[in-house]
Amino acid sequence: MSAGQPPIDSPEITRLTPVLGPGHTYASVTDKISAIVLTRPTSLGWYIGFLIAFSVFGVLNIAIGWLIIKGVGIWGINIPIGWGFAIVNFVWWIGIGHAGTLISAILFLLNQKWRTSINRFAEAMTLFAVACAGIFPLIHTGRPWYAFWMFPYPSVMGIWPQFRSPLIWDVFAVSTYGTVSLLFWFVGLIPDLATLRDRSTSKTKQIIYGMLAMGWRGSARHWHRYQSAYLLLAGLATPLVLSVHTVVSFDFAVAIVPGWHTTIFPPYFVAGAIYSGFAMVLSIAIPLRKAYGLEDFITMRHLDNMAKVMLATGLIVAYGYFFEFFMSLYSGNKFDVFLVQQRLHGPYSHFYFALILCNILLPQLLWFQNMRTNVTVLFIMSIVVNVGMWLERFVIVVISLTRDFVPSAWGRYSPTVWDWATFIGTLGMFVMLIFLFVRVLPAISIAEMRELVSETSEERK
Amino acid sequence: MEHRSHVYGLIGEFEKPEQLVHAAAKIRESGYRYYEAYTPFPVEGLPEAMGMRRNMVPLITLLGGLAGGLGGFAFQYWVNVISYPMNIGGRPLNSWPAFIPVTFELTILCASLSAVLGMLALNGLPQPHHPIFNAHRFTHASTDRFFVCLQARDKKFQLAETARFLQSLNAHHVSEVHDD
Repeated sequence: MSAGQPPIDSPEITRLTPVLGPGHTYASVTDKISAIVLTRPTSLGWYIGFLIAFSVFGVLNIAIGWLIIKGVGIWGINIPIGWGFAIVNFVWWIGIGHAGTLISAILFLLNQKWRTSINRFAEAMTLFAVACAGIFPLIHTGRPWYAFWMFPYPSVMGIWPQFRSPLIWDVFAVSTYGTVSLLFWFVGLIPDLATLRDRSTSKTKQIIYGMLAMGWRGSARHWHRYQSAYLLLAGLATPLVLSVHTVVSFDFAVAIVPGWHTTIFPPYFVAGAIYSGFAMVLSIAIPLRKAYGLEDFITMRHLDNMAKVMLATGLIVAYGYFFEFFMSLYSGNKFDVFLVQQRLHGPYSHFYFALILCNILLPQLLWFQNMRTNVTVLFIMSIVVNVGMWLERFVIVVISLTRDFVPSAWGRYSPTVWDWATFIGTLGMFVMLIFLFVRVLPAISIAEMRELVSETSEERK
Repeated sequence: MEHRSHVYGLIGEFEKPEQLVHAAAKIRESGYRYYEAYTPFPVEGLPEAMGMRRNMVPLITLLGGLAGGLGGFAFQYWVNVISYPMNIGGRPLNSWPAFIPVTFELTILCASLSAVLGMLALNGLPQPHHPIFNAHRFTHASTDRFFVCLQARDKKFQLAETARFLQSLNAHHVSEVHDD
């Protein structure tokens, strides 16, 4: 199918590369996408990939089980470094989710047609990333079975959560984000579930997809309300996605710890979230289009656009690093100045330099057209940025906590095998969920692709 | 409104969305009121051709959002000022800026839930069965064909005449849809 694509080396041609391969009809996009779920035999590669991811997910379960038996002492956290990997991973995962909402909501409001073939799995990625993120603060509490104390419910103790605390804001922000992402994703899926119901040949599949589709029949009156609801959800999700990482950054910015207490955190966290999220979308899109032959739907134009978004948000992040640095020095506050020195020369300085390399220096390659259209380079770059953004959270959490106001309160932090097992375990869980998702649900929105076919054929007239 | 025994309506099929929009406008002009179009994706211009203007979803969403926001703030006020006031160094009990994040999140949460649940409720979903699913070739409505169904409960509905009318609009595969 990819034979119809023009060569990708000149800027004019890249600009004209369509968001949909040529020659597609309503039936062909429907067939091609639904076949992945309904008729294509499950490949050996899928089983092997799923099995590996499932085993790693098993490691997560063991790590959490041992944590519940022994307590948070099995981790590398100590006094003064009470946050460690759990919070690093929480912030990293929640940030990854943001690109999904950005693609599905903000690009929808901006009427960017190229979003159509990537929004579905980007939203799925959001949901799975939020699920991974949610694990960490929960198990980090030490007694996760009391986590319901964070919700306001009329208890016999007669007390309420502290609504002035950023940690409670976090509970509300993350749970709202998870719920709204799920709603958005599910509403988008309803027409496609109806398509799967109508096209599946086995009774079991018809019943399952039929129940999930809730009797959707594509009535014009239903579509009319559906479109209103979808547009409103996009409008609501847009401020929500900005608020979520803002609230996460408040966890740091509201504290008085050097390196955390800064007003640049909210915008710089949001930009970093979108940066890492787009990197993760690329890390998933590139193998996905290859494995299922979706080069007609996820074209070079998509990859190129995503690389540009990565470059732009990466520059905002670089600006954030620069001003964080500059304001610390300019403030003359000796603790802030000292923290900057510690980032550059302290025991964790190699993490800081690796972060600058991954997040600022290497991504500058994306300025070049031939780098953005080279799938291998893009894939490697997306991994590099994910690593870089993880390092950023590590630097923020660990360096500040190891070097605060008085030398007697200084410390060192190193993760244990259980920290790594938990972190790598969530990666396994994420990949496992992605594998399941592409197997049982349409990874690309079929209804929206049909709309795209309708619009592009109109353009050709 | 007389109910014809077990005929739900007459269905006709189109290949192109523009043909359906054209037909829907014609059907409306000729005085039919109970008819419905079924399409595999939202077709531009169809709601206007069928005389739909506004729907209630935005209003429901607004009300849900207002309820969430006002309720969320009122609850935090009640907790901190009335139910469990704590005097910490004489700081104000109603420290409203600190209540904004939760108020904001609850506004979004309740508005989103209202939008989705409101849309489903107005559409009458979930609805396990509907007579239209009995229609011949109706599975194409979720793939590549555009249908219009004139319902038997319409005063103007006369089986033979309505079928001729549908055919005059260039609908293919005009056929009866039965209730059971």
